[in-house]
Amino acid sequence: MNSAQTRQFLQLYAGSIHAHAQQLTDLDAAIGDADHGSNMERGMTAVLAALPERGTPAELLKSAAMTLISKVGGASGPLYGTAFLRAATSAAGKEDLTPQDVAQALQAGYQGLIERGRAQPGDKTMLDAWEPALHALPQGVAAAAQAARTGAEATRTMLARKGRASYLGERSIGHLDPGSVSSALLFEALAQALEHNT
Amino acid sequence: MSVSLLIVSHSAKLAEGVAELVAQMHGGQQDGATFKLLPVGGMDDGGLGTSPTRIHAGLTEALQGGGEALILMDLGSAYLSSTLALEFLSEDERLRVALAEAPLVEGAFLAAFEAASGADLQRVQTAAQEGRDLKKIT
Repeated sequence: MNSAQTRQFLQLYAGSIHAHAQQLTDLDAAIGDADHGSNMERGMTAVLAALPERGTPAELLKSAAMTLISKVGGASGPLYGTAFLRAATSAAGKEDLTPQDVAQALQAGYQGLIERGRAQPGDKTMLDAWEPALHALPQGVAAAAQAARTGAEATRTMLARKGRASYLGERSIGHLDPGSVSSALLFEALAQALEHNT
Repeated sequence: MSVSLLIVSHSAKLAEGVAELVAQMHGGQQDGATFKLLPVGGMDDGGLGTSPTRIHAGLTEALQGGGEALILMDLGSAYLSSTLALEFLSEDERLRVALAEAPLVEGAFLAAFEAASGADLQRVQTAAQEGRDLKKIT
């Protein structure tokens, strides 16, 4: 994954968030505070606006992280910001990331999410898309994206144990977790950006 | 060594209001020589939310000249944003910051008493956490 593909990934993700903003907000209205779509859309629009003209994949990811951290209110800013920041640290100094480098960067991002959110897979969070995606990653990014989507769908039957949705208790069952859905979109954007070269 | 209190809220008005209330209860000394009450509320664009970059700026102010800081938080992602802000500090600075597992108003109120008396960070944190047991009706 080179700089151009990293940029394309961020552009594709921003476009996908824009296209799904209403859906994400509607999902969040059911069990959260109805701002996930608008928050992520504002954040990713700002990410593209602030992206430097040049830079290594790590520099682009770090720029995206800092923009999300400073622009997105609510939990998704610090969470996605942490994931991008840890991925950037993992990928630092490399012009072109091998599939192993990408896997390590994603793994670092996932660890960051666990630390920041103090959640575990099964808690009905972003992790429920990330964990199966990383598990499937050895089969390729397309397989990872598919696993992320399946993982997000599986949050429907889960009881929320983290975030505002956890206050709903049993009433959180029957709805998709918005963060897991935006995470599935992230892996789909990544797969799309990389599909011609892996 | 003074311990400043960071009042972290999703709402700028709430953070400022808590700081105003606590300062009033300590004789209107909001920015005194001994400790600072630093409201950190809302996002740069004026919207609701907790901003790690704003919390980091507040911490930097509190830690100037070897000071310490206790972070008091309102709800939910205030904690996520605060722990992320800690990552932007140096190792030495991080050791001079603590987070209070405490209700915002009661915690800030009790912590300010200790901070004003020149107590160290651990005592100020303990005082804030006693806010969990502060009764209104008994």
